[in-house]
Amino acid sequence: MAQHTLGDTAVLLGRSLRHIARSPDTIITTAVTPIAMMLLFVYVFGGAIDTGSESYVTYLLPGILLVTIASGIAYTAYRLFLDMQGGIFERFQSMPIARSSVLWAHVLTSLVANMISIVVVVLVALLMGFRSGAGVLAWLAVAGILVVFTLALTWIAVIAGLSAKSVDGASAFSYPLIFLPFISSAFVPTDTMPGPVRAFADNQPVTSIVDATRNLFAQQPVGTDIWVALAWCVGILVVAYAFAMSAYRRTVS
Amino acid sequence: MRTHEGHGPAIHVQGLEKSYKELAVLRGVDLDVPRGGIVALLGSNGAGKTTVVKILATLLRADGGTATVNGFDVAREAPQVRESISLTGQFAAVDEVLTGRENLVLVARLRHLRDPGRIADDLLARFSLTDAGARRAGTYSGGMRRRLDIAMSLIGDPPVVFLDEPTTGLDPQARIEVWQAVKELAAGGTTVLLTTQYLDEAEQLADRIAILHEGRIIVDGTLAELKQLLSPAKVEYVEKQPTLEDVFFAIVGGGAGDSPADRADRAVRAVGSHE
Repeated sequence: MAQHTLGDTAVLLGRSLRHIARSPDTIITTAVTPIAMMLLFVYVFGGAIDTGSESYVTYLLPGILLVTIASGIAYTAYRLFLDMQGGIFERFQSMPIARSSVLWAHVLTSLVANMISIVVVVLVALLMGFRSGAGVLAWLAVAGILVVFTLALTWIAVIAGLSAKSVDGASAFSYPLIFLPFISSAFVPTDTMPGPVRAFADNQPVTSIVDATRNLFAQQPVGTDIWVALAWCVGILVVAYAFAMSAYRRTVS
Repeated sequence: MRTHEGHGPAIHVQGLEKSYKELAVLRGVDLDVPRGGIVALLGSNGAGKTTVVKILATLLRADGGTATVNGFDVAREAPQVRESISLTGQFAAVDEVLTGRENLVLVARLRHLRDPGRIADDLLARFSLTDAGARRAGTYSGGMRRRLDIAMSLIGDPPVVFLDEPTTGLDPQARIEVWQAVKELAAGGTTVLLTTQYLDEAEQLADRIAILHEGRIIVDGTLAELKQLLSPAKVEYVEKQPTLEDVFFAIVGGGAGDSPADRADRAVRAVGSHE
């Protein structure tokens, strides 16, 4: 049945994309929080934050994009949880389809939904004065990092969706992920932070991802940041995928 | 067209055991279900009916014993078993966001069938859902949702169908609609294993009845055979009153889709038959 994996995933992907098309509020609410945050930081706090030469919205956008993804993946956990509650999950499991395609459909849906939210946020940032001279290659690199980051976080969401006992539990796990960018270089440079906080901020995944994205936008050399960023993303992806698969197998033992 | 026709009985279960932590739910279930017809698995809440169905549907692994469905071992040949069955679980497993038609098309695609649209339209017509086909399943009544659920289970013409408490939570009218659907299903040659806690449901529908109690099948046979287990019928003269069910259907009419004339006719018969 391996030859059907792609086809089955495509059919199930079509199903979840219909869900999104019929409740576009999930895309809007995903984009609203980061946009509100962006407005708040640019027009309220931004004047008091010294980030050097570039405009604050340009400095801020990479971190805001990560916040967007962190809040968007909560819907994957939510949808997966509802599928399991409603019985349709068991219907799929008892059908002659590739079992992993059920999860992959949710993961790819998350990717599509998050990329749409990202485009919305970037458009708002452009209105607020975000500018980048980055070429096609740099934009592709940014997109690539965001895709891997989304996949990594989505597999964490899959673990939450599969093992949650309630709807609230299924989405609560994303709050720490939304909070993580605050203790990084996303909103302010790390060099004003006290020692231990700075040590944490400089060595957590968000900072390397934000710095790499920021340098790509600013047409600066990305140095090792991009490799550190990718290593973090791929590392989280592999670990989360392994745990998600083991949680998935437990649901059918 | 049955591409995955196996041999022997439709379902063969021997010494099936399953425990949840300390709690032994199944303690050696033996059950043979011949091909064709309807078998009711009867038992009180928590007797393990759903556990049996889940094991047969490859959703759960047994701790001990063997089970084959359509000739395929549920543990070793799970993909072939899944080709042979369909499951309608306790909660109507329909996608509420999709329309009725889209639900059917989805299942037809996942079963890799040709012309999913035509299959969906045929089933909508067969289950009197054509008018509701373009509406979201979330707006359906309980009975319509169950009918859609059962229609989804028929796609691909699986030789064995499991119905886990198909009428729990339905009103009497919807219950009759579902019974009608199940009878049609069996008339087409499909083997139906249904679980229920309603004795009248088993009596109405099943060719054979198996009673699951304390983790084992304690009785298994036709209704007539089961009745013979008790002492021979004695003759008593009792004034027969209409049951509340008779009254209910006499007043509101029977299954959906009846003409008012049918209903009036049945009302007269229902009341008249108890004189």
